[in-house]
Amino acid sequence: MPQPTLLSIAQTGKRCTRLPAGDVPERDLADLVPVHHLREASPRLPEVSEPEIARHYALLARDTFNIDRGFYPLGSCTMKYNPKVNERIAAMPGWALLHPDTPAPHAQGTLRLIRELEGWLAELGGMDAATLQPPAGAAGEFCCVRMFRAYHDSRGDERRTRIIVPDSAHGTNPASVTRCAYTATTIRSSGGRVDLGELGRALGDDVAGVMLTNPNTLGLFETDILQIVQMVHAAGAMAYYDGANMNAIMGYARPGDMGFDAMHFNLHKTFATPHGGGGPGAGPVAVKEHLAPFLPVPRAVERDGALDWDWDYPQSIGRVHSYHGNFLVAVRAYAYLLTHGAEGLRRVSEAAVLNANYLAEALKDTLDLPHAGPFMHECVLSAQSLASETGIRALDIAKALIDYGVHAPTVYFPLIVKEAIMVEPTETESKATLDWFIAIVREIVEQARSDPQLLREAPHHASVRRVDEATAARHPKLTWG
Amino acid sequence: MPNHTVGGHSDITQEAHGVEIPDDRRYGQTHEWAKQESDLVRVGISDYAQGQLGDIVFLELPEPGRPVQQGEPLGTVESVKAVCDLWAPVSGEVVEMNDELADRPELVNEDPYGQGWMVVIRTGDVSELASLMDASAYAQHCEESAT
Repeated sequence: MPQPTLLSIAQTGKRCTRLPAGDVPERDLADLVPVHHLREASPRLPEVSEPEIARHYALLARDTFNIDRGFYPLGSCTMKYNPKVNERIAAMPGWALLHPDTPAPHAQGTLRLIRELEGWLAELGGMDAATLQPPAGAAGEFCCVRMFRAYHDSRGDERRTRIIVPDSAHGTNPASVTRCAYTATTIRSSGGRVDLGELGRALGDDVAGVMLTNPNTLGLFETDILQIVQMVHAAGAMAYYDGANMNAIMGYARPGDMGFDAMHFNLHKTFATPHGGGGPGAGPVAVKEHLAPFLPVPRAVERDGALDWDWDYPQSIGRVHSYHGNFLVAVRAYAYLLTHGAEGLRRVSEAAVLNANYLAEALKDTLDLPHAGPFMHECVLSAQSLASETGIRALDIAKALIDYGVHAPTVYFPLIVKEAIMVEPTETESKATLDWFIAIVREIVEQARSDPQLLREAPHHASVRRVDEATAARHPKLTWG
Repeated sequence: MPNHTVGGHSDITQEAHGVEIPDDRRYGQTHEWAKQESDLVRVGISDYAQGQLGDIVFLELPEPGRPVQQGEPLGTVESVKAVCDLWAPVSGEVVEMNDELADRPELVNEDPYGQGWMVVIRTGDVSELASLMDASAYAQHCEESAT
């Protein structure tokens, strides 16, 4: 049963606390606030007791899936376990309670962390400079494309109006392009990778840049990556690396070494900060020297051992977020990087890739595997054959997994795979968990043949049964109570 | 090869993978249909497209008066699975949009070739229709897309 809302359990007159009588004279609100600013009726706030509130949220938490509770193979999202030590460090009052307007001389530790983390990220990406400002992956994309525009403009090159995005890229890429007043040109991939012929035909002197997700959303590494970047640069365009899938390549390959001009990181994916309802993201951006003048301001700088904010970058694209981005996310990522070190990060990527390939290999006879590996951090299976044989589709499999205590994987994405089931186990899962998941998927596929109706009605044991997504989206009810 | 079967919207339809493809109109690579009505062209998406998209929940369509170019985005179609661009199958000016879809996007799923039409374009160049596929070529195109 879904939990009732607080308004529906409220009763007039219930209170959490009983306040003592005031020791200052009472005055009518109308004497203090102009009448036209006063509301006509009291707000409709739920009146409930403290135990009711406590139970309400405890029960909601019980009904909510999270990474501490079970396997979360949500492809493309890198839902790895978030170590508790990071939470402890981010909660330290020196970080957590510092006002963002604190003058630099009194915030040296904070500035030090920002500067060091920027340096580490630049090193991991093979780049020269970085900013922590963008608050999420798409904001990082926007920031990079905005810098491309500033770069071309600074050279008086204003004929460039297009950005090329392969169809295996993240869905946010075209949106970032549009936000920067460019037009997205989508190119089709062949065999799950960028088609060099298509790329060549799409490139021209009106192209401002190319956005590449690598490894792409099929979990495949772009094997022609060096040639791709060469072609992009030969056309006078900039190359952007969507680093959302960095979890696969840390310590093994660096976008900067491949020739990319700019990239973003998802701290909330690669560096284990809570996300997916658990906290805000962070999408730091790293660039090569020639784009550094365009980075957002203010930038953390060090002069004679003292750290400061520097606003003096006349070519900067300006701010992309208030203050300094989602700073406490950066603290968690900093702690994660310190605990792992360079060798640890290499091992993270090794295990992430091994786990994804183990799953793909084990499930390739149970479901379709439209693009062969080797995979990087994730693999995309397909329920197309099963669907034509039994009528059971990717959606039904995802819903059935919920009954086993597994978070449903990403389905129907990437769009280039029909009945896609996108699985990203991450490095934090053990072989035992992977074997358990493989057994469950096989059981569900058997059930698709023996008792498909049961699957069509799944989930059976969740607090909410199968929801009617179409009606919810067509006729949304946006009020509560 | 696709069989000729009798369908609801025209006397003869092509059929591929159980979807209807009436041959009284032309089809784009991106699964729009375009039906000539004197110098006007009515536009929607095919039965195959609505089946692939799943339950359609929202449409963003151009207001009448907007000029459109063949092959340029005309609007967006959002389903529970994906958001896709709708591409203009012919150039011209939008003269009508299907207001009813705002409240009943499900019409695109239920009747893609009839009540689920999206816009009407006045085209200066009806010959652009010739660059689109006929029903049998489109049936072939769907077969290829399905594999």
